[in-house]
Amino acid sequence: MTDAKHLVPRLLELAARRFEKDTSGLTPEDDLFEKLGIDSYQAMELLTDLEEEFEVEIPDYEIQGVNTFGGLAEVIERRL
Amino acid sequence: MIHPDAYPSLGELLYDSLLTYKSETAFVEYNRKRESGRLSYLEAKREVDALTRAMQELGVGAGDRVAMLMSNQPTWLLSATATFLRGAVLVPIDYKLKGDEQRALLAHAKPQLLITEYGEWRKLGGEADAQHVWVTDAPEGAELGAATRFEDLPRDVVAGEHVARERADQATLVYSSGTGGDPKGCVLTHANYLEQFRMLSDIFPMDVGDRYFSILPTNHAIDFMVGFVGPFASGATIVHQRALRPEMVNYTLRKAGITHMAVVPLLLEAFERRIREKQDEAGPLTKRLFDALVGINVRATLDKPRHALSRSLLKPVHDAFGGTLKMLFCGGAFVDPARARFFYDLGIPVVIGYGLTEACTVLTVNDLAPFRADSVGRPLDGVELEIRSPDPESGIGEVWAKSPTVFDGYLDDPEQTAEVLHDGWLKTGDLGWLDPSGHLHLVGRSKNMIVTPGGKNIYPEDIEGAFDGLPCDELAVFATGYVWPGVPLTDEGLIAVVQGAERGLQSQLEQRNKRLPDFKRVTGILRWDDEFPRTASMKVKRAVLAGELREKASLESIIRL
Repeated sequence: MTDAKHLVPRLLELAARRFEKDTSGLTPEDDLFEKLGIDSYQAMELLTDLEEEFEVEIPDYEIQGVNTFGGLAEVIERRL
Repeated sequence: MIHPDAYPSLGELLYDSLLTYKSETAFVEYNRKRESGRLSYLEAKREVDALTRAMQELGVGAGDRVAMLMSNQPTWLLSATATFLRGAVLVPIDYKLKGDEQRALLAHAKPQLLITEYGEWRKLGGEADAQHVWVTDAPEGAELGAATRFEDLPRDVVAGEHVARERADQATLVYSSGTGGDPKGCVLTHANYLEQFRMLSDIFPMDVGDRYFSILPTNHAIDFMVGFVGPFASGATIVHQRALRPEMVNYTLRKAGITHMAVVPLLLEAFERRIREKQDEAGPLTKRLFDALVGINVRATLDKPRHALSRSLLKPVHDAFGGTLKMLFCGGAFVDPARARFFYDLGIPVVIGYGLTEACTVLTVNDLAPFRADSVGRPLDGVELEIRSPDPESGIGEVWAKSPTVFDGYLDDPEQTAEVLHDGWLKTGDLGWLDPSGHLHLVGRSKNMIVTPGGKNIYPEDIEGAFDGLPCDELAVFATGYVWPGVPLTDEGLIAVVQGAERGLQSQLEQRNKRLPDFKRVTGILRWDDEFPRTASMKVKRAVLAGELREKASLESIIRL
């Protein structure tokens, strides 16, 4: 398991901008669907923002089963 | 267009398409915002030839099963073509299912060969009930175990032998449900597909130069027919986007010159929202002008669509869809008539139909001559519909269909087959009525199920397990359209009927509900005082209970969640 936690703050910032939500105080363990109030379709939009921000390509299947901000950060870390 | 009448099998029709249109573009693939691949029909034929050879080497032949589990891409269609040419039976598996659901279907189908992509293979845990496995798109160095890397199959080889099939032979095994209960595998023949294609191409022909954007899963009947068989037999181009995200879908629509596309109601809703947002941003004057132009378009297209005229009148809207879009096919679930009307008024016809896996693709479609949004269309040429046991007042009864597209039955399940097939007639389980012009109107279901706006069939029995152990004596999940026919099918939902509820039931149920995928959630609770009627083996008599609910409870008594 890689330590991807350092990516979480940037990830929360992007999520805040995309969904116009206050993400301050959220932790890597938080459920991103629940906290952002989004569905899997909207999660894909966030994925696109993340790809542009971190200059990586993440196949859609990589985030299947990912529910937390920390989990999402790990997916990115693996591709960096 | 290649006419299907002369062909005994799908394989021969598809292969003739590869030869006939050899210099045309068969596929354009986008990966996010760049074009990542392009194949002519001749190049597509070379790939199919290599695949038939590789299948022959494995011994895949007449009647053997080849399962396909991958997102939309050229490899799906080329491997399917090779499967048919080897005389084998194609088993499309939904890539959107969970790994354990996919494993259950593969265990039921027991394919000789599974063709899948790396993401799906990982989802299966690198194991499947198949004698051979080919995996595409595996990263370098990925551990594939006994599976073969698809890209490593020999390419410069002599084509494999084609194994002849007749119209009555099985072409596919398609699972219509069974993610929770017993898998129901529909046996569909070459005749089913060839006849379905004939019926549809008479009304909606495609041409060389048309470009179909394939976003509904190809394992789904609509994309298979409208986005595979149709374009191939017409020499049209199929466009894929590897990252099916809203932004990329919009990008591809604008850039790729799309003329045809199939969508589910959920996506149609998203498109409408986008157009309305744009309208709201415009100033009042622009808006008035736009409304006036829509008015002109409505009058000009009363009898039939006029694509070029609509496009010049309402350029900004059409440009958002690339400017070349001729029509949208909307299926998989029920379409809000107002929404279909909205698009037609803008000059983008939405073709609405009605079908079920057991009848290949569709039984009825709205033929746009003239456009009508209030029905699911008229029976296609060769389809007979009957309303059985109609209510004397309303004329509403169960829809039965006789058609050359009706399937042979469920695999290894004579009991379930006997329930739906009677003397060549298919009992659809849907309730409706036919108007004097022959248009079918659907109003409810005689089977306990719902279809979500995303096109998923949900069986309430499959969901009840999620509520095991809640503080009540009895709980059953029902589809509202089954209990109260006449509820608009665009609003249908699931409710939990509970008897003997104790304190805390609602909050606990809501908590469990939240953990379900959104399309499986119940939207209301109905408290019920009487004990559920049960069979000798203690199973709930659903039809009887639904009848009691219909009689004594009303939609208003449902506690909305």
